[in-house]
Amino acid sequence: RTQSLIRFGQCGNQVGCRFWDLALREHAHVNKKGIYDEALSSFFQNAVLVDMEEGVLSEVLQGPLRQLFSTTQLISDVSGSGNNWAVGHHSYGSVYREQIVDQVRRAAEQCDCLQCFFIIHSMGGGTGSGLGTRVLKLLEDEFPEVCRLVTAVYPSAEDDVITSPYNSVLAMRELTEHADCVLPIENQSLVDIVSKIQHMAHTGKPGSVIKKDSTIISGQGGVAKTEKPFDAMNNIVANLLLNITSSARFEGSLNMDLNEIAMNLVPFPRLHYLVSSLTPLYTLADVNIPTRRLDQMFTDAFSKDHQLMRADPKHNLYLACALMLRGNVQLSDLRRNIERLRPTLSFVQWNTEGWKTGLCSVPPVGHTHSLLALANNTCVKPSFMELRERFVRLYRKKAHLHHYLGVDGMDVSGFSEALSSLTGLIDQYSQLDSTNTAPSQDPPRLNIAC
Amino acid sequence: MSVVTVQLGQCGNQIGPELFSTVYEDSTGAGRKTYQESSRERFFWETSDGVLVARSVLVDMEPKVISQAVAKASKSGKWRYGEKAHFCQKQGSGNNWANGYCVHGPRHKESVEDLVRREVERCDRLAGIFAMMSVAGGTGSGVGTFVTQCLRDMYPQAFILNHLTWPYGTGEVIVQNYNSVLTLSRLYQLSDALVVHENDTVHKICSRLMNIKHISIGDINKVIAHQLGSVLQPAYTGDSPSNYSRNPIGELLSSLVCHPEYKLLSLCNIPQMSHTSLAYSAYTWPGLLKHLRQMLIANARMEEGIDWKVCVPSSRGDSVRTGQMGFNRSLANLMILRGKDVSSADAGAFKDPALYVPWLPPDGTFSLWNSPVPFNGYEKSASLVSNSQSLLKPLDNMVRKAWNMFVSRAYMHQYTKFGISEDDFLDSFTTLEQIISSYSHL
Repeated sequence: RTQSLIRFGQCGNQVGCRFWDLALREHAHVNKKGIYDEALSSFFQNAVLVDMEEGVLSEVLQGPLRQLFSTTQLISDVSGSGNNWAVGHHSYGSVYREQIVDQVRRAAEQCDCLQCFFIIHSMGGGTGSGLGTRVLKLLEDEFPEVCRLVTAVYPSAEDDVITSPYNSVLAMRELTEHADCVLPIENQSLVDIVSKIQHMAHTGKPGSVIKKDSTIISGQGGVAKTEKPFDAMNNIVANLLLNITSSARFEGSLNMDLNEIAMNLVPFPRLHYLVSSLTPLYTLADVNIPTRRLDQMFTDAFSKDHQLMRADPKHNLYLACALMLRGNVQLSDLRRNIERLRPTLSFVQWNTEGWKTGLCSVPPVGHTHSLLALANNTCVKPSFMELRERFVRLYRKKAHLHHYLGVDGMDVSGFSEALSSLTGLIDQYSQLDSTNTAPSQDPPRLNIAC
Repeated sequence: MSVVTVQLGQCGNQIGPELFSTVYEDSTGAGRKTYQESSRERFFWETSDGVLVARSVLVDMEPKVISQAVAKASKSGKWRYGEKAHFCQKQGSGNNWANGYCVHGPRHKESVEDLVRREVERCDRLAGIFAMMSVAGGTGSGVGTFVTQCLRDMYPQAFILNHLTWPYGTGEVIVQNYNSVLTLSRLYQLSDALVVHENDTVHKICSRLMNIKHISIGDINKVIAHQLGSVLQPAYTGDSPSNYSRNPIGELLSSLVCHPEYKLLSLCNIPQMSHTSLAYSAYTWPGLLKHLRQMLIANARMEEGIDWKVCVPSSRGDSVRTGQMGFNRSLANLMILRGKDVSSADAGAFKDPALYVPWLPPDGTFSLWNSPVPFNGYEKSASLVSNSQSLLKPLDNMVRKAWNMFVSRAYMHQYTKFGISEDDFLDSFTTLEQIISSYSHL
């Protein structure tokens, strides 16, 4: 069972590299004899790397992971997309369409059974955002039955790319219509997590020494020897992908695979934005300090400080929630914590027991156990509203619009449709939120003649 | 007479191996030759080198669980699965009943039928087919329902018993109630009877009776296997009082399923305790039977927290009133006693007509099997298979939650894209409301 990983643009390719590095580390830990075991090999054959400028991809080809990829898996151009979604989507999209589809098809043919496409890109730039979403549409056309899971890195408000709101909203419309699941990540949240860990590591308080290799930002023990800027943040996203795929790569008593995630967490087609959290962030090194209680890990998973986007699921409305537990944890720990936390959370009236659970025996490197939570929750609404705000502020003044409209294939309706798609999505979340305040009563049951 | 087991999906392929291990250990440890032979013939066949092979077909839409089951059995050195007795695919059913039933089922129909046919033809005489599955996921429930349909078509005269594991009420699969409703409504027509275990109940047995601190799925499955083993292992029955019955499933069905409208069977077994406590406990048959009777009428599924205030109504009054008093009315009960001095046990209290519905002939309501061989390490063991109102509340909860979700049309697109329509859902709801009504008005 395999997944195909398609990485777009600078962000996508950098995160992707961290993913493979950490994946190798994880499998090496389990399989002492060799690192290229069967479960892992399924990932590497099936990667397609796309960037419209050469810098990042050349690094991949020269870097320590170079043996894992053949040059045919890389598709690149020279000058980049200039942070312009229209250039990525329409210009490069048309030029490279065939080549990308061919490469993906070739990768897909090598799979025994293609289960899922993992697509990684940022939203704020031009290539990842524009070309990435163009390919998303192509994948839907060419491989309609294969699940499309997108990890999308959203820009923070202080992003240095001025047009990032345009790029993000234009891309979002595509994600809403053509992706099966989207895991939005916000750079600011990653920054916050990194600084929290570094702060913890440097307080020097007794008993606060963090075990080497155990943080979710650490790349130690991987193949790459030197740490690069953004590595810490990218490692977090890489760890997210590792956790989501753990059930497919390792054994466990209650498997939870990607198709099941897509099924259980998406009650309505467009509402497929899932907030993710990873715990623990690190393991303490001092074995004399009792390991943080298991229950604390569950509590943390629902805290807003552990979410990979700025969102507070605990104080908003859950539509559905998935918990993937890894390591030395038992069923009873899972059930007990669900029962404990359930009263503190609001679930939508028609899904009051909306839990999807999985147990994988193998923990991440450096931990005895870990928890991934994926929430379909209305807490994404504020972020989307803010994004819309930033878009509207630029659009109202028609700022930088000519850069987009000058591109063949792009016209004003693209902008207005993208805006109304986002508005519609926000409205759907608002409607659900409003059901939370109304007193809930079960709808009358089906009446049958006795 | 042999039983062919069909293990479906992750749950079926996890409980199945536990069941085979339980019956193997029980018959091997018993030191009784006839019992051992009878049990072995029922569940295993022997190769020319004397290796015991389970009479089982393993079906799953992803490979990991079956690989584990097969490997673990082989490693035990005691019994194993047939080399070509399994069928799996790679991509799973995604917890989607429609994917299992409409896509995977038909796609792999012939392969699965061939495997079952091979096992059935290997039996001298077929006692029946025992299909094991969960109702919450996609393969066990969806493919399992489709396979049951195929088996019914292939063997219209054979006895088909489905073992169903119902999920935790607090949720383990979000669409579990949809999958359950779609499964139960169809199986009701296809199967001869549905034997149900609920994860919630078994979990409580593990925590309160067996004192297991960190309960794993393996622990849950062992309890289920123990309870099933206590029913399926050889016993002397009404039809076969001096030899181990050669028609256990047929007799079970004729004792319990008197009317096609009533097919839900629950199971309880006492005593149940941790192995360390086994050595220190001494039970008497009167004590065990008294508890079991109260568990039946008060609908307590385990031997703790039994409400002793519930009593059998003296008049066969209206069922609504008795329902509110917590009394669990039965259609039929089958009791199976195993162990020391079993012939001295007096089950007369279970024959009281007040326990049962008035419209059934009193001599058809209670059946008793026994075996002098202690079961699975328990000096005395008593099981009760009941066709009663005991599953009414969990069934009603399941349907209520599924209906709530259906009214909002949540997740509908996931089912319609594979060919299950809203009308199909409505049909299923109608069937289940009918079953709920029938059991409510006992």
